[in-house]
Amino acid sequence: MVSGGVTKFAKAHPAMDFRLMVKRAYDAALRDVPSLTPDRIDGSRISYFSDHFSRQLKAASMVQDYLGLNPKGSVRIEWGGATGGECFQAAYEAVASGRMEVCLAAGYETMSRVATWKGNEFIALASDTNFDFPLGGFYTGYYALMVVRHIYEYIRLKKFAHIKDEREAQRLAIAEGSRVMSLVSVKNHLNALHNPYAQYPKRLSVEDVLRSEMISYPITREQICTMSDGAAVAILCSEARAKEFTDRPVRVTGVGCGTDTMRLADRPFGKVPLMPGERASDYEELPYPGVHSFRAGRSAGLEAYRMAGITRPNQELDFIELHDAYASSEIQTYEDLGLCKYGEGYDFVERGDPFLTNVDYPFPTPNAGATPVNPSGGLIACGHPVGATGLMQAVFAHWQLQGRIKKHFGDGTLQIKDAKRGAIHSHAGTGSSVTVSILERGFRP
Amino acid sequence: MKRPRVFEKFRDVQAELERSGRAIFRDAKGVESLVIRYPYSITYIHSYAEDSPFFLGLAEGRLMGSRCTKKGCRFVYATPRGHCMVCGGATQWLEMPKVGRVHSWTTCHYGSEAFLKETPYNLALIEFDGAGSLLLVRLKQATEQEIYVGMPVEARFDPEPTFSVTDVWFVPSPSGNAQRPVPP
Repeated sequence: MVSGGVTKFAKAHPAMDFRLMVKRAYDAALRDVPSLTPDRIDGSRISYFSDHFSRQLKAASMVQDYLGLNPKGSVRIEWGGATGGECFQAAYEAVASGRMEVCLAAGYETMSRVATWKGNEFIALASDTNFDFPLGGFYTGYYALMVVRHIYEYIRLKKFAHIKDEREAQRLAIAEGSRVMSLVSVKNHLNALHNPYAQYPKRLSVEDVLRSEMISYPITREQICTMSDGAAVAILCSEARAKEFTDRPVRVTGVGCGTDTMRLADRPFGKVPLMPGERASDYEELPYPGVHSFRAGRSAGLEAYRMAGITRPNQELDFIELHDAYASSEIQTYEDLGLCKYGEGYDFVERGDPFLTNVDYPFPTPNAGATPVNPSGGLIACGHPVGATGLMQAVFAHWQLQGRIKKHFGDGTLQIKDAKRGAIHSHAGTGSSVTVSILERGFRP
Repeated sequence: MKRPRVFEKFRDVQAELERSGRAIFRDAKGVESLVIRYPYSITYIHSYAEDSPFFLGLAEGRLMGSRCTKKGCRFVYATPRGHCMVCGGATQWLEMPKVGRVHSWTTCHYGSEAFLKETPYNLALIEFDGAGSLLLVRLKQATEQEIYVGMPVEARFDPEPTFSVTDVWFVPSPSGNAQRPVPP
């Protein structure tokens, strides 16, 4: 990867349609690598999630057209919430296969074009429309179903096993889980105060998060990302060309993708695919993934780590930008990606591992800096214009690895010191598909 | 022809669209964008195809799952599917018990536009003895304070079916006995 660009994500950009938004992100990326002129680009991969939001079929063709890239090769990429991550990997594949020397990955979403609750309906159409959607299709509801079981498995059964009254024990466990989810929300919103591209940077207390409106029990408004308009692009090229365009290239050293059943009801109760360092005996009584964990995330992580030669992800990754559409899924994803073992996600937060050393959080974070997660603020604070989101992560990771956070954010607070290797993680439909890509510094500082 | 009214907040633009169907949004830099209301609706000709017996079953007060026919597999699906996801074998229909347990649950205080007027409503994943997969349903006659993982529940069927998955819902079960699927 040699360059990237993003528009500021916003509730609505009525003065820019999708073509102009992508153009702005594309121009920003080109400005960063002046020797990379548009004639050097061999083709593109263009992503947006929903034809319903676009109300324009083949909208990717109109992006290609507006950017002046015709008659070069292009294809639209769509894979639910993981659309941006898939687009990044599609561009990677175009280059790695030798088909292109330079490939543009561009993504956008324009979610402001319908009212919020209609938007939720469009998103819920990415669930089985025979069996799931008509019951009250609502993604926050689906993730709530998953985290209630996650809390049951790891807090009720592990930490509150001594409490006999089942209802009482589960209520206490959910209160405990909700408190920890709120720490994640506080972290991501606070980090975003130093990211000028973020949609909702703010200073919140744990109480603010817990007391914000209940959307789907136990998930509250401040634990959920919002709908956004935005675009992001990444420019990938072969290693030989990269040095021509920049003295700070970033290498893509691992790509992984995993999938799972569309319906939550069909998720298997099997065995955990083990990360290096985990033993089968760690999970003897754990039915996996059930609805509490994302098997697709674990599969994607395992594939990407194997390719990149990573055996201890929590030590070998300097930061992770992961898909925190919900604070709950950030915690579930720590476990899927092997940043901690299954069941340790809540303790991982409480110890402070995913927090930054440079940001002042309103509670103790003793292990801050150990494994920074979502230094940018993640989806919760940056916004989630679906087709752009996974590419936004790539751009932020790119700037981290280049050591140029200060240049692009105008504030170096979020720069991870001497960042050599990071992961980006893009996630779709209750974990029905997930991508993980590993990015590494490709130059000597 | 009158020029549409100008607004500086997107929220006000949305309100104006409800009234007149047209508005001008003026941003902080003074750039004006014309915004119009653009309705779009579709009626599909939707076949339940291989899933049809499930929906026909609900109308007759029966909950139909499916079971893999392959020897050595026999996986039982509480949400039916025509072919087994474990071994690829064809499945056959079987009637599920009407009693199960809550595997996980939530109360939705908001929802998609289509369901907003029904909030709050409970969603629950139901586990059945003898089945390897779950069924997503609405759980009625129980509040957020009462529901818990493991709660025994039983099926209720709409006497006036609409041939949708909403023709079945579950309620707390006084008997609390989970039964095995028929045949075992």
